[in-house]
Amino acid sequence: MWRIGLKMLMGDRAKYLTLVGGVSVVVFLFIQQGSVFCGLIGRTAKPVEAIGAPIWVVDRNLQVVDEFKGLLDTDLLRVRSVEGVKWAVPLFIRQAQVRLPSGKFQAVRLVGIDGATLVGRPPRLLEGRIEDLNAPDAVIVGRAEMERLGSPQIGDTFEINDRRARVVGIADVPRDFLSNPYLYTTFERAVQYVPRERKLMNYILAAPKEGYAAQQVIADIERVTGLAAYDEDGMRWLTMNYYLRNTGIPVNIGISVALVFLVGMAIIGQTFYAFALQNEKYFGALKAMGAGSLTLVGMIMLQSVIIGLIGYGIGVGGGALIGYLGGQGKGKLAFYTPYQLLVISFIATMLICVLSSLLSIQRVLRLEPAVVFRG
Amino acid sequence: MVKPSLAVATSPAAAAPGGLAVSLQGVNKSFGMGNTYLPVLKDINLDVRRGELMLLVGPSGCGKTTLLSVMAGILDVDNGVVDVFGARVDKLSQSKKTRFRQANIGFIFQQFNLIPTLTATENVAVPLIIAGQPYRAALERARHYLSLVGLGERLEHFPPQLSGGQQQRVAIARALVAEPRLVVCDEPTAALDSSTGQLVMEMFRNVALSAERAIVVVTHDNRIFSYGDRIAEMLDGRIVDIHDNPDRVK
Repeated sequence: MWRIGLKMLMGDRAKYLTLVGGVSVVVFLFIQQGSVFCGLIGRTAKPVEAIGAPIWVVDRNLQVVDEFKGLLDTDLLRVRSVEGVKWAVPLFIRQAQVRLPSGKFQAVRLVGIDGATLVGRPPRLLEGRIEDLNAPDAVIVGRAEMERLGSPQIGDTFEINDRRARVVGIADVPRDFLSNPYLYTTFERAVQYVPRERKLMNYILAAPKEGYAAQQVIADIERVTGLAAYDEDGMRWLTMNYYLRNTGIPVNIGISVALVFLVGMAIIGQTFYAFALQNEKYFGALKAMGAGSLTLVGMIMLQSVIIGLIGYGIGVGGGALIGYLGGQGKGKLAFYTPYQLLVISFIATMLICVLSSLLSIQRVLRLEPAVVFRG
Repeated sequence: MVKPSLAVATSPAAAAPGGLAVSLQGVNKSFGMGNTYLPVLKDINLDVRRGELMLLVGPSGCGKTTLLSVMAGILDVDNGVVDVFGARVDKLSQSKKTRFRQANIGFIFQQFNLIPTLTATENVAVPLIIAGQPYRAALERARHYLSLVGLGERLEHFPPQLSGGQQQRVAIARALVAEPRLVVCDEPTAALDSSTGQLVMEMFRNVALSAERAIVVVTHDNRIFSYGDRIAEMLDGRIVDIHDNPDRVK
């Protein structure tokens, strides 16, 4: 009977396209909203990824990577003294003001890395050499948002807090939540670019020795120094959790997704119901001819599952296309689709389709075959 | 070929050649309760013989269609005996009744009830598919029956592409394809013009009727009365007269 069910469904082109279109739009909005949410939250942790280190040691009260809670110089020595720590280097991250040749000012994320080891350097250089970072006034510019700095080229200069800086490289750096350009320089030079503070270093990057488990080394650092330590994933989640708890992003997007779910279910349910009403006399005829209620329920469920699968495919495809186009070139769309989102939206789609078909199912179950003789 | 079977007790009348196809005794059926209580069938006693085409006639609202539904096992009675080819249909559970209909009853409706998104062949094959016959075999058999009703050239047409008379012939093929022993028809000519109605009734006599099959036709179309072997007249929920048809078409 499944062939009959499918032909009943697909033969009525208008209803079929309405149902598939409805599910596709719902899935598309699910994927689009969900991916934007994941993209935005993911961007909050991009500074962690842009620097990259096995272990981050921070002030115990630090809530997010964008906070500036300074550490003492002695903290660096104490971390180095922990057994299992292979190396530990200072890291400096601050907001700074760049004065552009036009006279305008632009906020930047200034990253000062250890000049000797260059640990914390940008993940990939597009132009220039990393070694040049030790040259006088040298900075490396992150490509994301670099147009805000007037798209500087190697050799161009500008001022950071009235001190000269010269571009020696362009790095491939992911766009982050605050959307400020990245400037990399050495730790020693970075502290000169910002107003003098008592505690200059705000992160210590470290790595475990061979043979030592990272989690054990992290626990030892925390025990010995009284500071907090995280692996890279832990540091990312520290930041993302802060934004999840302290911003309206989850609520706002959650409301959108809930509305999509409700509106989607209303549209699809209504269309399914109209479809069932229209086919009532045929279902009645099938019942009279000896089709059992379970057979008819199976037909309706199959119809709803097929609608769900086709709509899901189109919706995911549409969402992916928007994400691809929005991420092209200088696109600033925050869009990330983890596999979990695909799984959740698949389950939600099937749930919508099955719940929507329940209206039709209960009508068919209650349908008396004698209805076929009523004109 | 589908050979439906349903394990049910067979009455002596049904067992005898030329015995009864349908036997109704003291059947009552009502709808609603309290102020809305409406008795529709009142103490109905009726026998339909094998090999017989019986017409059930009477004014609108007299209970003809309800009686047909009772015979076909799609409506439960309040009390009385409903015996169809030896099966006590009034005693069967809903699931057994469903299987009984699948195996023994063919339906023809006033509005044809052909599924518009299926071809004529697929529509005719539906009862076989319901009975569990493989799809291709069901289609093959459906084509044969469509040829029998003269629609061999319209196998792949969809119902909206067929005339009313052609659609009713598709419905006849659908009613016969599983070789039911009882065919029930509700106003089969009401939606057809006079000549097409005559053609359909001729098809009932020439193609559908057989020695082991009975046909019961509900109608108030007096143009087709001559096609019945016997005519049962109903009035206000009762059968008021049953008589042989002296004008029956040979």
